[in-house]
Amino acid sequence: MPQTMYDKIWKHHLVENRGEDVALIYIDRHLVHEVTSPQAFDGLKAAGRDIHRRDSIIAVPDHNVPTKNRYLKNPDPMSIAQLEALEANALAYGLDYIPIDDVRQGIVHVIGPEQGFTQPGITMVCGDSHTSTHGAFGALAFGIGTSEVEHVLATQTLLLKKAKNMRVTVNGVLPIGCSAKDVALAIIGRVGTAGGTGHIIEYAGSVIEALSMEGRMTLCNMSIEAGARAGLVAPDEKTFDYLRGRPYAPKAGQWSAAVAHWRSLSSDDDALFDKEIFLSGDDIVPQVTWGTSPEDVVPVTGKVPAPETFDEPSKQEGAEKALSYMGLSAGQAITDINVDRVFIGSCTNSRIEDMREAAAIVKGRKKAANVIEALVVPGSGLVKAQAEEEGLDQIFIDAGFEWREPGCSMCLAMNPDKAGAGEHVASTSNRNFVSRQGPGARTHLVSPAMAAAAGIAGHFVDVRDFQGEG
Amino acid sequence: MEKFTKITSIATPFPRANVDTDIIIPAQHLKSIKRTGFGEHAFESVRYNADGSRVEGNVFDSKRYSGANILIAGDNFGCGSSREHAPWAINELGYRCIIAPSFADIFAGNCIKNGILTVTLSQGDVDALVVAAEAGHQITVDLEEQTVTCENALYRFDFNPTHKDMLMQGLDEIGQTLTAKKAITSFEAKQKMMTPWLYR
Ligand code: SF4
Repeated sequence: MPQTMYDKIWKHHLVENRGEDVALIYIDRHLVHEVTSPQAFDGLKAAGRDIHRRDSIIAVPDHNVPTKNRYLKNPDPMSIAQLEALEANALAYGLDYIPIDDVRQGIVHVIGPEQGFTQPGITMVCGDSHTSTHGAFGALAFGIGTSEVEHVLATQTLLLKKAKNMRVTVNGVLPIGCSAKDVALAIIGRVGTAGGTGHIIEYAGSVIEALSMEGRMTLCNMSIEAGARAGLVAPDEKTFDYLRGRPYAPKAGQWSAAVAHWRSLSSDDDALFDKEIFLSGDDIVPQVTWGTSPEDVVPVTGKVPAPETFDEPSKQEGAEKALSYMGLSAGQAITDINVDRVFIGSCTNSRIEDMREAAAIVKGRKKAANVIEALVVPGSGLVKAQAEEEGLDQIFIDAGFEWREPGCSMCLAMNPDKAGAGEHVASTSNRNFVSRQGPGARTHLVSPAMAAAAGIAGHFVDVRDFQGEG
Repeated sequence: MEKFTKITSIATPFPRANVDTDIIIPAQHLKSIKRTGFGEHAFESVRYNADGSRVEGNVFDSKRYSGANILIAGDNFGCGSSREHAPWAINELGYRCIIAPSFADIFAGNCIKNGILTVTLSQGDVDALVVAAEAGHQITVDLEEQTVTCENALYRFDFNPTHKDMLMQGLDEIGQTLTAKKAITSFEAKQKMMTPWLYR
């Protein structure tokens, strides 16, 4: 029977069938951060259990780390406790641990690929829903809860129910000024935040093939916002080129065998998908969210929709609530929305390509006076170093943007980087939920170029014809 | 997890109805990175005065019931939030079995995951056990036979067979998976040959 990539990876990791599509699945790789792991380690200890496979784990702090000054004491005692617990557990169990002052430190989903830890065909978990990011390499990667973290630490397996197969095909050519983020938002706008529920999404088509690895990561990152636990892109030459020579990648003697295995992972030509969606890449326009769910998205050329234009009463009600939270009115042009803060970062858009994309817009211009703060937060110390080598930091600083230390930062209000109540944020992160970036903060999800342009103009602008009004 | 087959012990009587998870473990103590250390805050409002001093004669700290492994509780015990901290806290006070007229569902499920047996008996039977507990009588709970005996009285209780199995074998979810350890290690041996680069 023809198989999808997901079917193949599932089969390769089947330890025991438990009937009714439930199976014990082997987990190859486990990323551990400070928020969801302390009680898992404590549970292990309490039960007198050991970690099954140390070499399957990398531990790194990211959610709580201060991005302004590494050496300032973190003001939140809970953050301190979590950071200290991670370090203590990593040392006690002898795990590969990347401390806060290591150049490799960063957001788990940035450093996994960067270290070559993420590889095609593997199963990978982390106590964080955006683990879907790693699907860009053709890895079956998904987020888990704390009790599952403990389960994987102790057994290297999870009891899982097999998901359905969904394929999203984007053909054509992406217009200049559009990036992977716009593709992701356009897909979510099309299928909705429940569109992928119960499915694993495979992304295919010429637009996806043309994306860089960074772009594919941005796309897979937001699979969870489309309702799917994981996203997948078939590995190709770009994938192999990216991985070659990275610290955890297969060594020279094993490289060709690994590549041969990776090539065999793609979905068979005649494989059947339970659900298929087609988008034309040529029609994608830079996207901006107007509401409090990632599916509340329109092209930058569009207007804030009127609640009565939605079919279902529940959606109408949701739109009304969203508009009042966001302080927007129906029919308002997106480009008329003023921006108070800019956040360029998060596991969605904090890689070197994102930094370059934003810097290209900012170069030689100045932040608008009404923008209180424009943060640029690289996803890892290595991204930061690379950007500095290219002089991008100076471009941002010259424009009045802030250049920070790596971490999750203003993606979620778990560290000192927060937006104030009522403030509109042009953000490259993945969630525009109520109060996600601080109590009462109003998030608009956009691409790095769009966020940068908004920071210069002081309001949203179509980056395609952005002339630097600021 | 410790196996549960049969225990004999004196019991703590605490027959208050609708004891919620906030009474069992107040929310302000959840900001922890551990799953231990909740025992000292368990039933805090019952055990401590506002100024932090002990409530004189409270059943949880009284000598009379010290060493009790059984808690005789009231109707709808454990209602409220789904926090697993509640059974953790109760466990730390030394209880392995709670007997009550009824339990909140999620709480009961969390108890099993943590090796605590929840026995449901009629209000009348529970009332009789409260009297026996206050008199300092020993109570025996036999999971295999699904009986509670005290003095000359014998009470039978119903229990889900899967949960009975987990408790009797002392298995939590991880323990259950580890019964397949052989399958896991033989999978690894096979995988190591096929994709050796995944191993260090
Ligand atoms: S950047 Fe945001 S979404 Fe990504 S792991 Fe950190 S908090 Fe989660």
